[in-house]
Amino acid sequence: MDPKLQKVAEVWERDTAIVEGVDISGPWNRMFGQRVIWDYTPDLIEEIAQLPGGESFAWCYQCGKCVPVCPVDVVGDYGPRKLYRRAQTGINLLDSPDLWLCTTCANCLRVCPKLVDMVQIMPAAREHAMLTGRAIPAELQEALENTAKYGNPLGQPARKREAWVKDAGVPVPILHQIQRPVEWLWWVECYPSYHPRGIDASIALARIFNALGLDFAILGREEKCAGDSQRLAGERGLFEMLAEENIRTLSKYEFQHIVVTDPHALNAFRKHYPKLGGQYDVWHYTTLLARELPKLQPLLTKSLPYRVTFHDPCYLGRHNGEYDAPRQLIQALPGVEFVEMLRCRENSYCCGGGGGGMWLDSFAAGHQRRRLSEERVLEAVSTGADTLVVCCPYEVSRFEDAAKSTGVEGRLRVRDIAELLAEAMGLIGEGAA
Amino acid sequence: MTIVVVMEQVPDVVEELAIAPSGTDLDRDAVSYVVNEYDDHALEEALLLAEATGDEVVAVGIDTTGELDQALYTALAKGARRAIKLTGDFEGTWLSTRAAARLLVPVIQELEPRLVLTGVQAPDDLDGQLAPTLAALLGWPHASVVIGSQLVDGAVQVRKELWGGMTMTLELELPAVLGVQAARQAPRYVPISRVRQVMREASIETRDVETPGDLAPAIMRLRFPEEAGQAEILTGSASEIADRIIELLRARGLL
Repeated sequence: MDPKLQKVAEVWERDTAIVEGVDISGPWNRMFGQRVIWDYTPDLIEEIAQLPGGESFAWCYQCGKCVPVCPVDVVGDYGPRKLYRRAQTGINLLDSPDLWLCTTCANCLRVCPKLVDMVQIMPAAREHAMLTGRAIPAELQEALENTAKYGNPLGQPARKREAWVKDAGVPVPILHQIQRPVEWLWWVECYPSYHPRGIDASIALARIFNALGLDFAILGREEKCAGDSQRLAGERGLFEMLAEENIRTLSKYEFQHIVVTDPHALNAFRKHYPKLGGQYDVWHYTTLLARELPKLQPLLTKSLPYRVTFHDPCYLGRHNGEYDAPRQLIQALPGVEFVEMLRCRENSYCCGGGGGGMWLDSFAAGHQRRRLSEERVLEAVSTGADTLVVCCPYEVSRFEDAAKSTGVEGRLRVRDIAELLAEAMGLIGEGAA
Repeated sequence: MTIVVVMEQVPDVVEELAIAPSGTDLDRDAVSYVVNEYDDHALEEALLLAEATGDEVVAVGIDTTGELDQALYTALAKGARRAIKLTGDFEGTWLSTRAAARLLVPVIQELEPRLVLTGVQAPDDLDGQLAPTLAALLGWPHASVVIGSQLVDGAVQVRKELWGGMTMTLELELPAVLGVQAARQAPRYVPISRVRQVMREASIETRDVETPGDLAPAIMRLRFPEEAGQAEILTGSASEIADRIIELLRARGLL
């Protein structure tokens, strides 16, 4: 017999044992003996843990608290504990589809007693996979190449970034044209600039800003993707390139604060741009509008007979602690009945778009029973709501597609908070000017 | 041994193209450039060949845009060992394929590669003649519309696309020139951090070359294609749209 096996067998079979005078007889006494583990090597765990950012992967002690709160496990077979265990049993995360399924929603980190941080681990592991020449999913590759070439993941011309402005029906000043200081620099971001449903929300927000008399302007064609989701997808270099360019552009203009449409941009500006020299006072638009509620409330004149529920964006809520502002705005809407979903606030479910998930939709769908966005719209419908309110530009298109694919399209409308506010103000929809 | 990949940049058609006031050139201030897609496939095929054999890939390009460095650094980041840029007074000219081939031949001869790969064509001229012209000037065998290759005992086996979905496999003696339609697999992704690292650590070799005085075509007039035909978007309910389709088909005598 293999000496290692022999030693283990001895311990296992010792049903009478006295340790330091204490009788610990019984098969369970093997926990007091020295165990030899030969099935598993720590090599694959070490390979991740030695990466800057990957350290906490090795801290997992397999308690499993992360798994039931993992949105990917709800529709598949996932969770940090499982990734650690798989690495122990010889499955290399770097070569596994698992590498691309985490949305960095951070719900696992919220409950982890060991602070195993997938928000740090995943980008590090993904970058390492790319640098060691492993292929990445084609749809993600396209989004990253587009971002590098055009400054947006959609592959749209940079010059068209400000094209939506002409449909806004209100003044949307562009800094390179007006050449004067403004109070608020509105960072519009990619989907609100190019995606048809994102543009709807941008137009609504532009009209609200005008109605409030806000002194604002946008960068227009000079703006490039803030890059946070590309960073989380493993493209640190691309993120740094974008951030350096954006910081250079911002340094040309005078403004007091930045208001962002996109929680991912909020996250980038708050946590990662300062490391590269970009220090700004950054607000999500819901926070700004909630602050302006005394001025906004009297303008909300149209009653909206909707039963609404709200999806907390991971990068607004869990990542940046803003849960109340969107709710204050929803509750200010006349006629609206507000119901919470079971998974809300700190335990909110993830739409599946974060951490690069926006560009891994087909890939991820191939490894899950249903998309995260589909799971979420079904939860929204189960509350009896007829309207799912969102405030992250990834979500309108994700949830509208999910409503179609799950067959609840006629029962659930998806609206950005800005769209509902603008509707209640009579700025969009029937009877709008 | 060496495999040479010839790369060029072409105007990016994602951005709207504009014609310069002269009417004989694009408005170059408004143009951005990307690597010719077929050249990107040629690079991928070369890297795959080199990974199997240990050959050294050398990327070579003529810098007609002033922006070729980015493409060459990306090639180095993907796995090319050397990058050579030919510079001269080209800006504002479109080199003809023949002129480009003449500039490239001395460099290729100096590198003594066993294989030269380039894109089967480029969207700026669509003549598809670079690979055959290089081969003719070098006196080497050539195959174009290549969709896969393998180095075997002093020869290269290539699969090339014919017509009607047919492909053929042929074997060429080395050295040879290939015009690549598509690599065996999609061109690889190289993270920007690698490209930036390469930009700090590696360098591109620059060779000044004489500007070819002739052989550049004289452009008389550049214009956008005139609109021909039209599309109609049918709107309305499914049955209204169906009625309209039937009506249209009847009107054309197809039903």
